[in-house]
Formats: sequence, C-alpha cells, structure tokens
Amino acid sequence: MSWLITLFVILPLAAAFLIPVIGKLIKGFQKTITSVVFLFLTVLSLFFLFDGNTEVYSYKIGGWEPVNGVPIAIYFVIDGLTIFMLSIINLIGFFSAFYAISYIRRFTAENNFYTLLCLMVGGMNGVVMTGDLFNLFVFLEIAVIASYALVAFGVEKHELEASFKYQVLGGIASLLILFGIGLIYWKTKTLNIADVSDILKYSNDRSFLLFTQIILIAGFGLKAAMIPFHAWLPDAHSSAPSPISAMLSGVLIKAIGIYCIIRLFFNMFIINHEISLVFIILGSLSMVLGVFLAVGQWDIKRLLAYHSISQMGYVIIGVGIGMMILVNNGNKSVAALAITGGLFHLINHAVFKSLLFLNAGAIEYKTGTRNLKELGGLFAYMPVTYSTSLGASMAISGIPPFNGFFSKLLIIIAAIKGRFYLVAFLAVIVSIITLASFMKFQKFSFFNKSSITEKPKINEVPFPMCFSMIVLAILCLGLSLLIFPGVRETVLTPVVDILMNTTDYSSAIKDI
Amino acid sequence: MTLFILCFVLFLVGLYGVLTRKNIIKIFIGLSFMEFSTFLFLVLIGYIEGGIAPIISKNITNPVYVDPLPQAMVLTAIVIALAANSMLLAIAIKIYKKYGTFDIRKISNLKG
Repeated sequence: MSWLITLFVILPLAAAFLIPVIGKLIKGFQKTITSVVFLFLTVLSLFFLFDGNTEVYSYKIGGWEPVNGVPIAIYFVIDGLTIFMLSIINLIGFFSAFYAISYIRRFTAENNFYTLLCLMVGGMNGVVMTGDLFNLFVFLEIAVIASYALVAFGVEKHELEASFKYQVLGGIASLLILFGIGLIYWKTKTLNIADVSDILKYSNDRSFLLFTQIILIAGFGLKAAMIPFHAWLPDAHSSAPSPISAMLSGVLIKAIGIYCIIRLFFNMFIINHEISLVFIILGSLSMVLGVFLAVGQWDIKRLLAYHSISQMGYVIIGVGIGMMILVNNGNKSVAALAITGGLFHLINHAVFKSLLFLNAGAIEYKTGTRNLKELGGLFAYMPVTYSTSLGASMAISGIPPFNGFFSKLLIIIAAIKGRFYLVAFLAVIVSIITLASFMKFQKFSFFNKSSITEKPKINEVPFPMCFSMIVLAILCLGLSLLIFPGVRETVLTPVVDILMNTTDYSSAIKDI
Repeated sequence: MTLFILCFVLFLVGLYGVLTRKNIIKIFIGLSFMEFSTFLFLVLIGYIEGGIAPIISKNITNPVYVDPLPQAMVLTAIVIALAANSMLLAIAIKIYKKYGTFDIRKISNLKG
C-alpha cells in the first residue's frame, strides 16, 4: 500500500523523461501522457483523501530501517496536510495540462513545454511529500528551475526580463533556505523533520533558533511572495503562458511557500509568540498593499497576480492567528476555526485564481491583447468565458453562494473571537476593494462596448479550454460544501488536527 | 568561530553585489559569491578538528572522522547550482540578443 505514494514523484519524472525521447516519433504523445498522468495522480490523491482513515503512510527510500530509533533513510510521508496539498497540485495540474492542449499550439516547442510542466509538478509533489530537509531543498529546486524556464517560454523581451528578475530573487531565496537548513543541521546533526523536532524540544538556545527561523522566513517568504518580498511575482506570473500562470499562482506559491512555512513552523520548530506576530504582520501587509497595488492595473494578468499576493495574505493571517492563540493557551476552538479558515481559503484560492488566469488566457487567445482599455463587449461572443469568469470573480470577492465567502467569513469570525479587531476590519475592507477591482475587470472586458465595434471573427475558445474552465467554475461553487458538517470532518478536520497537535507529526513518524 | 563569521560576511558581500550592481553579469557574480559562501558553510559544519576521511580501516585505532553528510549535501547543492547558473546565463545571453545591452536600467519595461 505505501509503495503507491512514490508514484506521485515517479510518474511525472518518468513522463518528463519520456516526452523528449518518444514525443518526436509519435504525434500527440506529449499531450496524452501529461493529461493521463495528472488525471491518474488526481484520482489516486482523492482516493487517499476520502479513504476515511487518518493513518500516516510512509515510505523509506532504499528500505533503510531506523537504527536505535534514529531515522536514516529519506522518508516520504503522507498525512492529512500532505494529501490535501497533493490533491490541489494534481487537480490544477490536470486542468492546466488539458487547457494547454489547445492553447499551446501557437508555440513551436510543445515537447519542451510538457516536459517542463511534468518536472514542475513532480518537484512540487516531492516537496509536499518529503520528510527530509535537504530532500525538500532538492525537490524545491527541481520545481523552481522548471518554472524559471516556463516563465521565459515565449522568449520575447518581457518574458526574458521577468524570468531574469524571478531567477535572481529566487536564487537568493534558495540560498537562504539552504543556509537555514545548514544551520539546523549544525545544531541537531540530523535532517529528518521528525527527528529535528524531537531534538529541538530539549534545546534552549533561543537566539540561535530565532536567527534560523528568520532566515527561513525570508527564504520561504520570497518563494511565497509575501509583501516585502513580492517584487518578482507580478512580472513572472503575468509573462508566463496562461496555463503556467494558473499553475504558478494557483499552486506553486502555495506548495513551495505556504506549505513549507506551515510544515516547518508548526511541526518542526516549537511554535512561539514572536513568529506568530511576524506572520500576522506579514499577512496583513500582503493583504492590504496587494489589493491597493491591484486596483490601478490595466493589464488583466498583472491585476490577477497582485490579487494573488493579497489573497495569500488571508491564508497567512488565518494560520498566524491560530498559532498566536495556541501559543497563548487561548480558546482551542477559535484557533481551530482560524486555521480551518486559512487552509480552506488556500484550496479555494487555488481553484478560483487558476480559473481566472485561464479566463485571461482565453481572452488573450481570441483577441490578442491583455489590456483592459482595448477590450470590451466580449460577453456576446464568448459566453462560456464570460459566465465562468463571472463565477470566479464573485468567488474571489466573497459573494455568498461561492466558496470564497465561507473561507473569508471563517477567518473574520476567528479574528473577532480572538480579539484581533484591526485584522478583522482590514479583512472586510480588503474584500470590498477586491470586489471593486473585479467589477472593473468584468465591466471593461465583457460589457463596455466603447473600443470593440466590430470583431466578427471572435467566437468561443476550443473545447479543451472550455472544459477546464467549466469544471473549475463548478468546483468554485461545489467547494462551499466543504464547510458543512459531514464533509468537513473528512477533508478539513484531519488537516487542522495536524497543525493543532504540533508534536503528533514527529511521534507518528518515529513510531513507524 | 571566526571562520563562520567570515563565511557570513562573504554571503553579505554577495548580497551587496546583487543589490547594488547594474550589470547582469555582475549580478550573476554576486549570486555566485552567495552560493560559494553557503557551500563553504556546509563544509565547515561537517569539519572536526583533526578528523580524517570517514573510511573504516583496521590499521587506525580510535579514529576521529569528519562528518561525511555535509560533503554529500555540498556535492548535490553544487550540481543544483550548476543547473540554476546555466539557466541564468542562458537567459542573460537571450536578453543581450534582444536588448543589445547588459545594463538593467535600460532593460525595464515591466513596471507598476
């Protein structure tokens, strides 16, 4: 049973190897295999998610058993949080790959595109599954180097500039992370996350640990584009091809940024007051400044990219408030509510933001421009794009039947119950400004007829693009079900339990 | 301890170079400085005073071995850095072909 979990890394990497080898000989091989692999992994991860037991699966690479209770092998671990992230990554990966079947025809090097996409997904699956710090760095670099190449995929002036910026800042982030991992190894002489957590429990070198934590926050914060570290994100996410923008904004910043922060700071380090304060401040800054920067944008994809920063702020705030309440021994149910809100917003954002980027790609595919000032009146020509983007816009601005409303509501209720009144107020204000900004997006792209007078050639995009957008739009509505009792216990509660009982992770792995 | 502090100073020198230089190649050199200081740091934490290479041999009594794990980590990290550096230089060459300059002040179309 547990060998199945290695497939999450093996299959994408094998596909990435096979595509350049076989793809030249058989026509259409690259599209088929990428979609099939991602669909299979989505089904596998959903099977793990809904199989009903909260047991921790693990796989020791090379079969090395622990010696005297000290883990030696590199562990692949599947617990609630991991399987939650894996299903998001592979689900969005599948829809992006399926969407790309039509979209990527305009580029010449299809084989290279699918190879890099497979490498990126394989790297992200590895990052969320691994139980070893250095292995985490290796998989992170696989995912990130593939994304550098994908951002520059168009090889025009803007793409190259964006990719260069991304690489310099991403390089600094990677080195900070490696430096932090070196510091942890220096202190504990082990790299296994569970083992490190066990040793740090008895350590009292506070200033050293705080230094390490700050280095790691800077590194992963750069990867997650929290606000003082956000400079690369709007350029990189708006210059990439649209399916890749959906992957970068919907999944990559979560898998290698937010996930690593949550895993390391809840399950490896001992949670403390200073770090939770840093989270709340960084989250509030990202939330407020991100949305103010977004309002003035006229490029559709830049506008969406700035909203990614802002919405990630909500996730960080939810998790930070939960951590703060746990540290102060406050009301546990409020902490659980805040963390639930944060993680729920994470999956919601993955769905509606990737859908919005796919919509932007569809508009660009048919009209050839992303500038809102040149667009207008598209709702009659592109009904599917119009209706799905309307759904996603309502979800991101928190209109009730859609999923974004429930996660934002949870975070705001938790903030009020935990007496973070300022944070709750800011969250409400940001949500209103988000609504304004998306009304502008809807008005200038789909209604306002000023600029487009006659474009009879514009019609709906091809079937693969429509299919991805429609299914994601249904998910936008369907994911609201996760909040209701019955469904919540199977999906969200196991994840929250892992973060609430911070030491359970290490004991569960040590016992295997 | 002095060695560790010097290592960190080298890291900061690289960071200063990345942040202040205006030439793409010089930014790349700054990044390389940061890489090398990190590798140096990883090797240093595995070093033990008077340690020998960790190969088990019957002739030596009471051996003191250096820690081999950071050395394996450094080798892996160097290979990863090679991939990242070649990617960065490939992009730099493409940028030079498109813009005809390495000056980042003249390569700034994306703003706002």
